Amino acid sequence: METINKRKNLNSACALAVLFLVVILMDQLIRPTDSMAMLLTVIRKGSIYALVAVSMNLLNGFTGLFSLGQAGFMLLGAYTYAIFTIPLDERVFVYKYYDYLISVSFPEVLGNLLGGFGLLLGVILALILAGLVAAGVAFLIGLPVLRLKSDYLAIATLGFAEIIRAIFIWGKLGPLTNGSNPLKSYVRLNAFQLHIGDTTINFSTLVPLAFAAFCIWIIVLLVNSSYGRAFKAIREDEIAAEAMGINLYKHKQLSFVISSFFAGVGGAMLAMFASTVQANNFKSTMTYEILLIVILGGIGSISGSCIGSFLFIAASEWWLRGLDSGTFLGIDAPGVFRNGFRLVVFSLIIMSVVLFFRRGIMGDKEIPEVMARIWGRLRTRMRGRAGKGGEAADG
Amino acid sequence: MGLFDVILPYILSGISVGGQYALIAIGYSMVYGILRLINFAHGDVFMVAGLMMVYLAASLPIYLAAPLVVVLTVALGFLIERAAYKPLRSAPRMSVMISAIGVSYLLQNMALYITGGLNKNYPVIPWISDSITVLGATTKRVTVITPVLMILLVIALMLLINKTKMGMAMRAASRDFETSQLMGVKLNSVISVTFVIGSFLAAIASMLFFSNYPGVIPAAGAMPGLKAFVAAVFGGIGSVAGAVLGGLLIGVCESIIKGMDTILVHSGALQSPLELATFSDAFTFILLIVILVFKPTGLFGEKATEKV
Repeated sequence: METINKRKNLNSACALAVLFLVVILMDQLIRPTDSMAMLLTVIRKGSIYALVAVSMNLLNGFTGLFSLGQAGFMLLGAYTYAIFTIPLDERVFVYKYYDYLISVSFPEVLGNLLGGFGLLLGVILALILAGLVAAGVAFLIGLPVLRLKSDYLAIATLGFAEIIRAIFIWGKLGPLTNGSNPLKSYVRLNAFQLHIGDTTINFSTLVPLAFAAFCIWIIVLLVNSSYGRAFKAIREDEIAAEAMGINLYKHKQLSFVISSFFAGVGGAMLAMFASTVQANNFKSTMTYEILLIVILGGIGSISGSCIGSFLFIAASEWWLRGLDSGTFLGIDAPGVFRNGFRLVVFSLIIMSVVLFFRRGIMGDKEIPEVMARIWGRLRTRMRGRAGKGGEAADG
Repeated sequence: MGLFDVILPYILSGISVGGQYALIAIGYSMVYGILRLINFAHGDVFMVAGLMMVYLAASLPIYLAAPLVVVLTVALGFLIERAAYKPLRSAPRMSVMISAIGVSYLLQNMALYITGGLNKNYPVIPWISDSITVLGATTKRVTVITPVLMILLVIALMLLINKTKMGMAMRAASRDFETSQLMGVKLNSVISVTFVIGSFLAAIASMLFFSNYPGVIPAAGAMPGLKAFVAAVFGGIGSVAGAVLGGLLIGVCESIIKGMDTILVHSGALQSPLELATFSDAFTFILLIVILVFKPTGLFGEKATEKV
């Protein structure tokens, strides 16, 4: 058994390494003006959304806690990241109307010490801090909120996300959050480049993919641990789980805090992807979108959430673009295909998933399981055919 | 100008907004009472009613447009229930809630598509948008009409719930879904009637609400919807009187918080404004969390015990 697991792990590690190599290659070969440049955007944004969706799935799918606070924790992460990575010289221009409070930029400090590697280290440090801030706030919110049941929990977490947003645009906190003005000039994805002589190697697509993959891997380890089994027990039946000796409150709090940590990291990465951070972008609509991704992929399936995210982002950013700009699948109808039509089509697709394919793409299965099942079915069919062929030859 | 004159306009507009929240809250409360579903789409039905008024009033006289809006909104509410919630009757509760979120997303995106994301000016409804003076404060007539109209509607609703057979069926269904079915209550029609009443009140509320605001945007329904839900929770889900009380309380508090800076500066308690108006929306949720922690069943809610 152990050797099989080892071989499986080796296989997935190899697959991931190949994927990373391909992504690095694509990053060098595809120019921003190419039509394929959209693919890079999809990989970047898709992996960020995958991380956030998986973090939501950990809570909603694996622990059965229906929380709608994701956007609030992403906001915390995004702001923390931005505040701690804006270069000192830029701060005066970013905080136009306030005297900035925090004057440390991790990537700058470490970059001066260690060079290019220091920049990366500073970014990672800021990401971890972003996650910790989100997790800390989640811990405090969890104290009162996690006693609530199902839909009350949903509405209370949604409410907290709104409160967080209100606090961040409060003028009196301007020196920290820049009030309702956007934060900008922080370290973005395009900063991840390696200069060797005259050649520049671009890592701006690999970085979000690798970070997201690493975080998701940690969540997978968690889900497969004894804690993960306790989470699933709580999801199936709280009372039975408690009777089996699972401390309900402790495990709910744990799941909530960990999920928020990764939502914070995801929010920070979304900030890296976008050019500005503004509290008003993190409204409840964002939470709904992530929830719908989770539904699309299948509640309780991590690979489903990943597939769902990439599909969602690819469809909304790339494939269905034509629905907004006049021409779709060669049909030219600017009257119908105008701004916003894409989202209408999108919501119709999602509604039909919700109503008719309630299990989503993956149900609660993971890719290896599904692959094994398909493989098994193929093999029995092949064997069956071979058997029949043999009988015919005998006769 | 005395302190009272500073506060009065805020209280007036608070009662008015509160009355509108109350009307929306009744829809949430009744649906939750029977289906145990937070109908996330209810706020968006309210917004769609506003948009329909904008488009219908452009081509019809207002005395035709207004009743038509009410009829169409009721039809929309009925349709949403039949299309999005009824197929999921036997599904887990969370699936229905997700479906409600999906409907809300769909309605908002459709509104975004149709309006092009622009602010649509709400038509002036003649008599109710006139300016009047109450105790020295100038306001629109709708501010005074709202509480009166709300009370009349609530009395009518109370009569419906307490005196008619349909009302009895509703009360039975909200008490015990399964048993009422065994007693011969036609659940589907009860649920439909609930949605019809909720949408009717939302349509009325939208006319009153948007008359006080410059226009309708696709996201206009989300916040009032959430606040109305909080009002329903505050008053105790399933209780009409509770929803009214919750709505009024939230409306007045929110309005006073919006004016808190002016009031405090005027009374001399503060030298410079604190920009507290930012928290007028957040206050609702603070109230929600406080009530959920200390009295989860709300003011007038019935205590539910969970059987193992």
